Parts: sequence; structure tokens; C-alpha cells
Amino acid sequence: MSELVELYAEYGDCLDEGDLERWVDLFTEDASYRLTSRENHDLGLPLALVRCEGRAGLRDRAMAIGRTAVFRPRRMRHLIGAPRVVAGADDDTIASRATFAVFETIEGEETRVFLTGRSFDRVVREGGRLRFRERVCVFDASLVPGSIVYPL
Amino acid sequence: MADRTDPLLAWPSRDESRVPLALYGDPAIYAREQERIFGGPFWSYVGLAAEVPEPGSWTVSAIGERPVISTRDADGALHVLENRCAHRGLALCHRAVGRATEIVCPYHQWTYDLAGRLIGVPFLRGVRGRGGMPPDFRREDHGLRRLAVHERHGAVFASFDHDVPDFESYLGPEMLPYFDRVFDGRPLRVLGTMRQSVRGNWKLMFENIKDPYHASLLHVFLVTFGLFRADQPSAVVLDQTGRHACLVSRRGEQRANEATSGMRSFQGDLRLADAALLDPVREFPGDATVVMQTVWPNLIVQQQSNTLATRRLVTRGPHAFELHWTFFGYADDDEAMTLRRLRQANLMGPAGLVSIDDSEMMELSQRGAAAYPGRSAVLELGGRDAASADHMVTEAAVRGFYRYYRAVMEL
Repeated sequence: MSELVELYAEYGDCLDEGDLERWVDLFTEDASYRLTSRENHDLGLPLALVRCEGRAGLRDRAMAIGRTAVFRPRRMRHLIGAPRVVAGADDDTIASRATFAVFETIEGEETRVFLTGRSFDRVVREGGRLRFRERVCVFDASLVPGSIVYPL
Repeated sequence: MADRTDPLLAWPSRDESRVPLALYGDPAIYAREQERIFGGPFWSYVGLAAEVPEPGSWTVSAIGERPVISTRDADGALHVLENRCAHRGLALCHRAVGRATEIVCPYHQWTYDLAGRLIGVPFLRGVRGRGGMPPDFRREDHGLRRLAVHERHGAVFASFDHDVPDFESYLGPEMLPYFDRVFDGRPLRVLGTMRQSVRGNWKLMFENIKDPYHASLLHVFLVTFGLFRADQPSAVVLDQTGRHACLVSRRGEQRANEATSGMRSFQGDLRLADAALLDPVREFPGDATVVMQTVWPNLIVQQQSNTLATRRLVTRGPHAFELHWTFFGYADDDEAMTLRRLRQANLMGPAGLVSIDDSEMMELSQRGAAAYPGRSAVLELGGRDAASADHMVTEAAVRGFYRYYRAVMEL
């Protein structure tokens, strides 16, 4: 359990530091990452605002944000609640859920609550440590304030 | 056309090569836009018919800043109604979508059917003979106000002003084929929505999609991976009035050439690790691989490779707007095509690898422009007229927009 808590803590830390390479490394090679709204999720609509398939897809997102996107510098702060292990997974996979609250500080502006929500995750041991095989982040808001530059 | 005595604004040039920055923050301008543009005889986009698929389905949207409800009644007919109880003005529907047989105001339980007819008023005849509505109160005088509605190939438009031209003439012969290119009559399948708020004036969003100049410079992702670039065969097409436009282009290669050497944003060394992100297949007739269409006054139709979406503009005062994206495919898409559309959606929306750049630029535009209402913006790329061109090194579509805007606004 403490290793699982550590995984989430490290996850938040990578994004808070804007270290997307380390973020990619917290996923398995065949991982799936999706970020979507509660509305799409509840209606069973497949669209995601961010959809990465495998570490390759995650790496592309990291590369595109780091090398191609044009945006004002900002700091993100992730508060991730204690993960809750839920039933339904097999011996090798931990199915867990956690809530998140993300704050955004665009340079020169005040801090605002950016997005809150839950993640539905599958975690496995690969390469000697726990990694996300699947992470689905579902945010609560009907409206995204501005742009989602960094993943949640 | 420009009346120099108009107290609202003096346009700084005879033509549209200058745009007064007061347009981005002045509350009086904004109020006139609500009345003349969003309340005028124009077809505003409210959503896809597939978002109200069955009798009893409803969805909410807004025209300008005024909330409306789109419904499909028991007979299957589409209605667009003011989202405002006839009694005390409450907004009746809040959730994005729903199903119901009637609409009940939570405050005093006035009840409407899905065509907007008032069918129930509690205590109409009073309680035990006391109170109640006057004898001459007629329910039929107090329905939800209906807008004019037109559906074309699955896209639904509405107008507060019922004296609106027919939709096909409204789009015009230049724009209709581009519209029908995506809305070709096949049933649509909604893949999902994205909604974002941007701290900028609504016109900045329209200008952005009418401005191919920035696309070759700002959008490193598009330029680097050859999705939209000034050296590719392309066109800017305007309708006769200038109010609608299309940017049309063809995908090129990720290869350095004379044109890319002038673009600091071309990054020849970048490679995608997951080629599936950009794996477009041709699905429309002709050579164009991207067509971005702006339909006055509030719709953007996005076809970039295989990612299709409508973007509905909702105004929130002079300094903010919302962008409501509805991504869709066709009911007859196979699984591979649906997955391709979902993957390419990574480029668009609030987290889009291309569109992040735009929302950031619009917020910066607002910050600068609104603070200097006495100054002007310059629009001279490609000349000072507003004519279609067979290249994208022009701001003609933005000038065309303002030419029409000035006529409607009498500025």
C-alpha cells in the first residue's frame, strides 16, 4: 500500500515540476491514458481531451508540449487524495481510484482552482516498480478554464 | 457607410485595413452585438440533431449570451425555445442533455410541453375559490418563445428573428458546397463534447479561424508535421457578403524547403513516436485535407484530416467567451475510423496540441487590445480588399468579416 501511495505522490510531483519525461516513465510500455469530462464519461461517449496509447503516445504528448506548444509559463499544483483500492482486479493488477484537485498559477496572475475530479486507474508491477497500465482522469467541470497544457 | 457622427465609434479607416480595438472591450458595442447580430435575422448554430436523437430529448445551448433549449417533441419535430420561464424568467434547463415528456419550472411548477406550449399552471382557478389567475388569463399567451429553426443534414440552426432568409441562400453558393462536404446527409454519430472558457472577446475566435497567417507561424505542431503550411496548395474562400469564409489546405510533408526556412517554427528534427496520432485517410472528394469554415455569427466547422467538430461560440460579456466543441463522425464509420477520429482529437479542444496555442494568443490579445480602446489593429496582409485568394498569405477573410460586421452594426 505504501508503494501505491508513493506512486501517486511521485505522479503529482512530476507534473508539479513540469517534468514530463519522468511522468512518461510512471506508465507501462502498453499503458493507456485518457483525460475526459464527467459529461462524456457519464454519457458513455468515447471522446477524450487527451488520449495517449502506450508510452509512445505519452512521449509524443510530452514532446509536443515541451517543443511545439506556445503558452504562457504556468505552475500546476496537484493535490491527490489517498488512493483507494477497489475490487475487481486480478492478482497482478491493482485497481485504484483517487480524487484530485489541480490549481493553476499563470505567471503574473493569481492562483485559481483549475480542475477537480477522480481517476480510475490500473496499476501493475513492471521493471521492478509499480506503474500505471491505465489511467482515466475524469474532471468534474462543465467548462475548462482556458487551456489544459499539462496532463492531469 | 461609416457615420462619423455616430457616438458609438468612428471607424479609423475607410476600408477594413484597420480595426478599432474598442471593439474588444466596449460594453456599448457588446450590447449592440447582442441585439443586432445574435438577435438579428441570422442563422445561429445551436447543435447537432444527433444530440436530440429521440422524442423527449433536449439539450441546452446559447445564442450570443441568451440560453436556449433544443427539443424533439413527441412527433419528432425539432424546436428551439428560449430557456426562460414565461412566468418569472427562470432558466428552466441546466444539464447539458436530458430526456423528458414535459418541462417543469421548479419555482412555481409552470409546465410546458416540448414544443414550448404552456400546459399547466398551478392554482390557475385559485384554491377553494380564492385567488388564482384573472378570468382572461390564457395559457396559449404564455408559452416559451419559439425561435425559427432550420436543420440541414444534421446541423441545427435557429434565429430569434423569424424574418430570416432561407438557410441555403444565407450560406450562399460559395459556402454551401463546403458545408455539405462534411454535412453530406449521412447520419452523424456524436463522439463527445469539450467546453472551455476563454478570457477574450468572441470575435477573436472568429478572426483566428479566418486568419491563415498565424497558422504557418504560431502552430509549430501543424507546421512541423505538414498539416497546414503557407507553402502548401491552399485557398481562402469568402461568400459574397464576407461574413462566412473557408480556409482550405492540403497536407504536405515534413521536409525542409525554401518556405520552411522562413518559418522559425519548423522543427525538422521532431518525430512522432506513435505514428497512429497522425494517420489520416482521405474520406472527402477533392484534394483538400483541411477545411475550416466559419459561419456567421457563431459556428466553426472543423475538418482537419479525420477529426470533425463543430465549435459553437457563446459570448460572456465583452471580455470572455465559451467555446463548445462537439466532435462527431458518421453512423456508418467502422471502428478503425472512429478510433482515428478519437486519436486525432488530440490536436483540438482545450488540451489540443494545436488549439492550446490559439486560446493562449486570444487571452493575450484581449489583455492588450481591450486596454487600448483608442488604438487600432492592422490588417493589410494580402492587400486591403476582401476577396477570395488561391493562397493563404492573406487576411482577406478577417477583413471580409469586418466589412459585414460594420454594415450590421452601422459603424
